[in-house]
Amino acid sequence: MTRAETPQSFQEIILRLQTYWAGKGCAVLQPYDMEVGAGTFHPATTLRALGGNPWAAAYVQPSRRPTDGRYGENPNRLQHYYQYQVLIKPSPPDLQELYLGSLDAIGIDTEIHDIRFVEDDWESPTLGAWGLGWEVWCDGMEVSQFTYFQQVGGHDCHPVSGELTYGLERLAMYVLDVDHVMDMPFNDPSAPIPLTYGDVFRQTEEEYARWNFDTADTAVLLDHFEEAERHCAEILARPAEDPKTGKRIVMAHPAYDQCIKASHIFNLLDARGVISVTERQAYIGRVRALAKACADAFVETRAGGWQGDAA
Amino acid sequence: MPDLLIELFSEEIPARMQRRAADDLKARVTDGLVEAGLTYAGAVAHCTPRRLALSVQGLSGESPTTTEERKGPRVDAPEKALEGFLRSTGLAKDDLTIADDKKGQVYMARITRAGRPALAIVAEVLEGVIRNFPWPKSMRWGAGSLRWVRPLRSILCILTREDGAEVVALDVDGIVAGDTTEGHRFMAPGRFAVTSFDDYEAKLKRAKVVLSSEERAEAIWQDATNQAFAAGLEVVEDAGLLAEVAGLVEWPVVLMGEIGADFLGLPPEVLQTSMKEHQKFFSVRDKTGAIVRFVTVANRETADDGATILDGNNRVLSARLADAKFFWENDLRVAKAGMETWTEALANVTFHAKLGSQAERIERIAALARELAPAVGADPDLAERAARLAKADLSSEMVYEFPELQGLMGRYYAEAAGEDPAVARAAEEHYSPLGPSDNVPTAPVSVAVALADKLDTLAGFWAIDEKPTGSKDPYALRRAALGVIRLVLENQFEGSMIEMLRLAAAKAFSADMLTSVRYIFDANEDMDIAPFEQAFSEPSGWKDEELAVRYESAIADYSSYGSSPAEYVLQRGRSLHDPDGTVADLLTFFHDRLKQHLRSEDVRHDVIDAVLTGDRTDDLANVTARARALNGFLGTEDGENLIQGYKRAKNILDQAEAADGVEYSYGADPKLAETDEERALFAALAPATPAIEAALAAEDYPAAMAALAGLRAPIDAFFEAVQINADNAILRRNRLNLLSEIVRLCQGIADLGRISA
Repeated sequence: MTRAETPQSFQEIILRLQTYWAGKGCAVLQPYDMEVGAGTFHPATTLRALGGNPWAAAYVQPSRRPTDGRYGENPNRLQHYYQYQVLIKPSPPDLQELYLGSLDAIGIDTEIHDIRFVEDDWESPTLGAWGLGWEVWCDGMEVSQFTYFQQVGGHDCHPVSGELTYGLERLAMYVLDVDHVMDMPFNDPSAPIPLTYGDVFRQTEEEYARWNFDTADTAVLLDHFEEAERHCAEILARPAEDPKTGKRIVMAHPAYDQCIKASHIFNLLDARGVISVTERQAYIGRVRALAKACADAFVETRAGGWQGDAA
Repeated sequence: MPDLLIELFSEEIPARMQRRAADDLKARVTDGLVEAGLTYAGAVAHCTPRRLALSVQGLSGESPTTTEERKGPRVDAPEKALEGFLRSTGLAKDDLTIADDKKGQVYMARITRAGRPALAIVAEVLEGVIRNFPWPKSMRWGAGSLRWVRPLRSILCILTREDGAEVVALDVDGIVAGDTTEGHRFMAPGRFAVTSFDDYEAKLKRAKVVLSSEERAEAIWQDATNQAFAAGLEVVEDAGLLAEVAGLVEWPVVLMGEIGADFLGLPPEVLQTSMKEHQKFFSVRDKTGAIVRFVTVANRETADDGATILDGNNRVLSARLADAKFFWENDLRVAKAGMETWTEALANVTFHAKLGSQAERIERIAALARELAPAVGADPDLAERAARLAKADLSSEMVYEFPELQGLMGRYYAEAAGEDPAVARAAEEHYSPLGPSDNVPTAPVSVAVALADKLDTLAGFWAIDEKPTGSKDPYALRRAALGVIRLVLENQFEGSMIEMLRLAAAKAFSADMLTSVRYIFDANEDMDIAPFEQAFSEPSGWKDEELAVRYESAIADYSSYGSSPAEYVLQRGRSLHDPDGTVADLLTFFHDRLKQHLRSEDVRHDVIDAVLTGDRTDDLANVTARARALNGFLGTEDGENLIQGYKRAKNILDQAEAADGVEYSYGADPKLAETDEERALFAALAPATPAIEAALAAEDYPAAMAALAGLRAPIDAFFEAVQINADNAILRRNRLNLLSEIVRLCQGIADLGRISA
């Protein structure tokens, strides 16, 4: 195999991953249009990991972790960052090799780097999900999470999905050899208007850090949380048959949007420091209940493998 | 005799599970083979990150043929019975013979089970082992339902004879056993065939895989120490880390790197913890003990001799240490300013909803440490100060990042703040002893704070009725009690446990009341909480009769709100009037832990029971001294026999006292002694009695036991020759009084009635 040239920018790394996984047969999706804490929350992962239908998707997902905001000053921490996510069901036998191929595609030469698969069991209490796998180390640095989903939303995964998550900023900083995320070239440094990551995101990191930590109206957020929770339940309580069209339409995705909303609002409340240690568990349990209800609904849809009227 | 070679090749197995899995593979396969009738000469199991391997030498080629005679129905039994017998034996009627039995003629079957070739048995056993392997956590993958620790990729299973190797026919959910395996993932990709274990091990080595984890660990350690030695340095030993790292690589390559000058000022423990926890690096120290380099173990050789890998590891480490340095410097600033930011922050950390905040808990511990100080020889002011600062580091950034550094950072920060060395030391030591093998602090200030910390925890959870039950002990209260016991025993601290527990319980009850009252006031904003806070902030507030009355009447008012917290507080308020019950219950808990502890010293169960029946059981050092002395005594021939004599005396005495309705405790008169044996016993008692009493008074229990041992022979002789229940009433009474004295002397140390014969 000819070794890939070292990429020059953050976006080139993303583009190469897109091209690579498209070449391996994945549907290259776009980010989900809601605020999520991680790429796993995208329904293309959470819901599609359920049921018996095969699936192969890759996408970038902007992710928000309000508590990680550092006003753009910390070299590694951001409240908004990008994850690259791959989900293939059933997990192919050569998923490790496919993954290593993607490292090669972005210029990590496995002939001179030390790549290791180090035990890391993944668990998402808010999604009622867990899996076994590794964090992948490149020269001692974690560059990806590699997980075989065993359960999502309380349902056993059958077949099992293989999930790859790349922390794009950290990976790119390593490949591009930069020490501060804000100094990383976002587009080609030789472009007429070269932009760094800082040019694109320093402003928003500052603004959101202030908003997340000190300004977000907690009373409003608490209301929104309750609303989303209620709304989710109401959507799922509707009968499967749509009275207007007479079709069977289980609204798993609209309900799941409310679950995503509740989860993000919980993260915001957490960043505002208004959730005590004991309440925390209770909130996580409430979001998990929503995720489970949505998973229950999704497996009742055709995309989720429902074949009720096929026979 | 063929040799068997098995390799289960998978995606990366967690390092911590590898050794156990290799052992399980060996045990389960060899057990299965033996159960099926095969024998073998020896077996060795190996593990690498990607494979479990088992080599069984000298396996028998087939299982032996066995025959069994089985008796069937009588010849004249109904046809159905015969049919059933034929079905169960798998024979035809012609195969049966007829034999004479007591009841008449019966059919006999001779069932022969042919021996089976090892190939078939191995296939069956291995499949069973794979399907039922005891992984701590296993998973499915793809569309299959097979479970393994990570996806199982291939099975190598061959029987090697002199004329060559044969693949065992086996298919586990589509994974067909063969005679091939893979080498190093990156350095030697591709599959190759093997013909025997020796061939396998040698070819693996050529394919850059060291099969034996011990060999990998040894190589890592050798190379690391050599590199360090060449630089005039020394690798910090860490057996756990070495085993883990050996489980992360198939082809270990040791690389040593420098720690940036910026970070050399960090405490060595911080460097070591950060490098080990995050990066699995070994620490390398110089002659002064300062950590100046690290050793990382890569899984491959490279054209640039690891330069890129080392550079990458360096960058990751620098980022990690930059964090640690940032924490350290911020923390030092707070420490030097007196740590008040931290102690104040602990007011916002809940220790337990019913026991208040960490800050309030620290107040209690500080007061308790002060009260306990004189008894353990500590300066009360220092003990109180130490208790106030001992947990300050919980608010520090370093401990937030590395919780395992709690206490140790407390010492560094207290030193930086210019605190007394005893105070700094207590910050580190007051958590000890954490487990049975942890060292017990001996510095008086450390002991005072360690005791106060643990007693407060125990009394607190007892006050709110959250005691351990069965296997559930979420607050590690058993460990805390054992800690107190070891602190008391190993520092030979004699004192009343009840007194200590009372002091702690008083504070715990106050805390419980205070939080409860606050809870009610939170719900009823118009009420005035000040007098209550004042009353219950005083550690002994609950003792105040008047306050208790005011309190109850107030609670009665609040309970009209019908809220359950009020109900709760009312109940708790009443329990205030019985703190002795709580203390007694806690003491019983301590006794149970003490029993456990002494049992580990092989002190007999009944000895501990005997010592714990009677007075002074709240002095744990004294209880233990008596138990050890008695236990030692019972191990001697004198001791064993004396117990028999004691029991005999006690029996006769008890029966006589019950029959006569009197107590024979007037003292015996030597003048009334009639026989030589009786006189001899009196003669022995004359010096022994004051000697035993003096030894007991001086708490020299071994001496008391030695003096008691001298009575064994006269007592034995006495019982041999003298009839206690003599016809002469005066003689009888005198002898019973004599028995009473012996019983009393024997019981000076413990209730010997509890000793089983």
